[in-house]
Amino acid sequence: MMSLVIAGRELRTLFLSPLAWSILGVIQLILGYMFLAQLEYYSMMQARIAGMEDAPGVTDMLVAPLFGNAGVILMLVTPLLTMRLISEERRNKTLSLLFTAPVSMTEIVLGKYLGIVGFMLVMVGMIVLMPLSLLAGGGLDLGKLAACTLALILLLGGFSALGLYLSALTAQPTVAAVTTFGALLLLWIVDWLGSAAGQAGNVLEYLSMLRHYESLLKGLVSTADLAYFILFIATFLVLSAHRLDNDRLQK
Amino acid sequence: MQLINVEQLCRYYGDQCAVDNVSFTLEKGEILGFLGPNGAGKSSTMQMITGNLAPTAGQILINGIDILDQPREAKRELGYLPEIPPVYRELTVNEYLDYAGQLHEVPRSQLKKSRDQARERCGLTEVGERLIGNLSKGYQQRVGIAQAILHSPAVIILDEPTVGLDPIQIREIRDLIRDLGREHAIILSTHILPEVQESCTRVQIIHRGRLVLNDSIEGLSQQMQASSLLLQTRRAIEIDRLTDVPGVQSVDQIDPTRCRIHYDKTTSPAEHLAERVVTLGFGLLELTPERRSMEEIFIDITRHSQTPTTEVNP
Repeated sequence: MMSLVIAGRELRTLFLSPLAWSILGVIQLILGYMFLAQLEYYSMMQARIAGMEDAPGVTDMLVAPLFGNAGVILMLVTPLLTMRLISEERRNKTLSLLFTAPVSMTEIVLGKYLGIVGFMLVMVGMIVLMPLSLLAGGGLDLGKLAACTLALILLLGGFSALGLYLSALTAQPTVAAVTTFGALLLLWIVDWLGSAAGQAGNVLEYLSMLRHYESLLKGLVSTADLAYFILFIATFLVLSAHRLDNDRLQK
Repeated sequence: MQLINVEQLCRYYGDQCAVDNVSFTLEKGEILGFLGPNGAGKSSTMQMITGNLAPTAGQILINGIDILDQPREAKRELGYLPEIPPVYRELTVNEYLDYAGQLHEVPRSQLKKSRDQARERCGLTEVGERLIGNLSKGYQQRVGIAQAILHSPAVIILDEPTVGLDPIQIREIRDLIRDLGREHAIILSTHILPEVQESCTRVQIIHRGRLVLNDSIEGLSQQMQASSLLLQTRRAIEIDRLTDVPGVQSVDQIDPTRCRIHYDKTTSPAEHLAERVVTLGFGLLELTPERRSMEEIFIDITRHSQTPTTEVNP
């Protein structure tokens, strides 16, 4: 599979630059701090909610907020990771190596995407380690944790696909980063008008990434939310392949 | 065996025509030099042959396979060095060449062997573990060439391969190209005319998107052959008394004791002319056949083709 060869190089290049390491470090530090604060808060509240009926469990109190925060922070970070994907190759004229090789545009796009998703998986893995550490001292709703992990993977997959497409549109990595960030933020908050806009509000709510993410975080793995993310990813991958083909058709 | 077959290739950028109806074929063992002034359409043509640019019209067959219909199969037979070598600065030479080999479907078992072979051929044995970004321009260029020949493709296309190299490296690369030319078909573009004379078997001049010359190097050498003699004497020459020497077409006086004699290409009148000058007692000092340099031919052709020229066939 040529895509895997391309993905492998993409991953290696990421880890050769200090960017990937510093992002991993900073994210881990901030989320770790947030997790600890949440843990502190939980141990304070534990006595009070112990008597309640239908009290939220440790997973609800700790894991869902952690993954919620991770979603927002990674929205800020993803553009930095995806901006170089295609724009830098176009700028350095290295794309012709891929265009001359017996590789289709789809394979190039897929390879780039798998590379960045590989990195995202490393990041998710490190985030999941935090709640898993609680297993040393107590129980955890592993089903809910799995749902949260799936949600974060799908969310980051969506972020990456959009970032890849916007990187394919330009030859300037910074432009790709700014537009990716803008687009992600807009998709995050697009439901703010939801209740006010009436009929159109439903569409806006459906478009909002936050809604789908939150419903997955609740442990509710519904086909509608899965379909949203999968369609989102597929759309931007197809668009990226088309955009790349345009390089060949006109310049 | 025709390895490259280009037919009526056209490319427009908007309204501007970059490549206009270019057709040619190239066989195994041939090295084609692609000459032309800046912006003539050399790079566009090469990009189209390598599938980096889609032609507006025309057909390109690589080893008999249409690159537009079956890009994957056709590209297997291609190695391409673009104007700017497509190297990743953050990888080492070995890592980069391994990646290029994998992209071109070199089997894993042969990867190291072909990588080392390409490195040796391009003089990169010493720098295998160095980062490409830290190498000089000349070495980066060599890495680019190594990448193009690594998978030993049938067709190798090099866009200005000797740019940025020092004279010794240029000679090495020329030797390499000649060496490769035995087993492959090669197209190389260049501004440097002697390069074509030294390493190519065929030459094409492209100007304003049109092919204005397509000839073998022998044919070109014939064009370079003189059709004039330079005569210098001690005393002033009376031109009228030379014009009736058999074979002489016209005589131009440069200064009183020097003149240029134009003649029909087939027979040189040098012998008769010498006799005549001696009998007339001008005092013969010098009688030399003039050779047109490749530069002159090049300038001549590109200038003439300002007005539309007829199609040149191989």
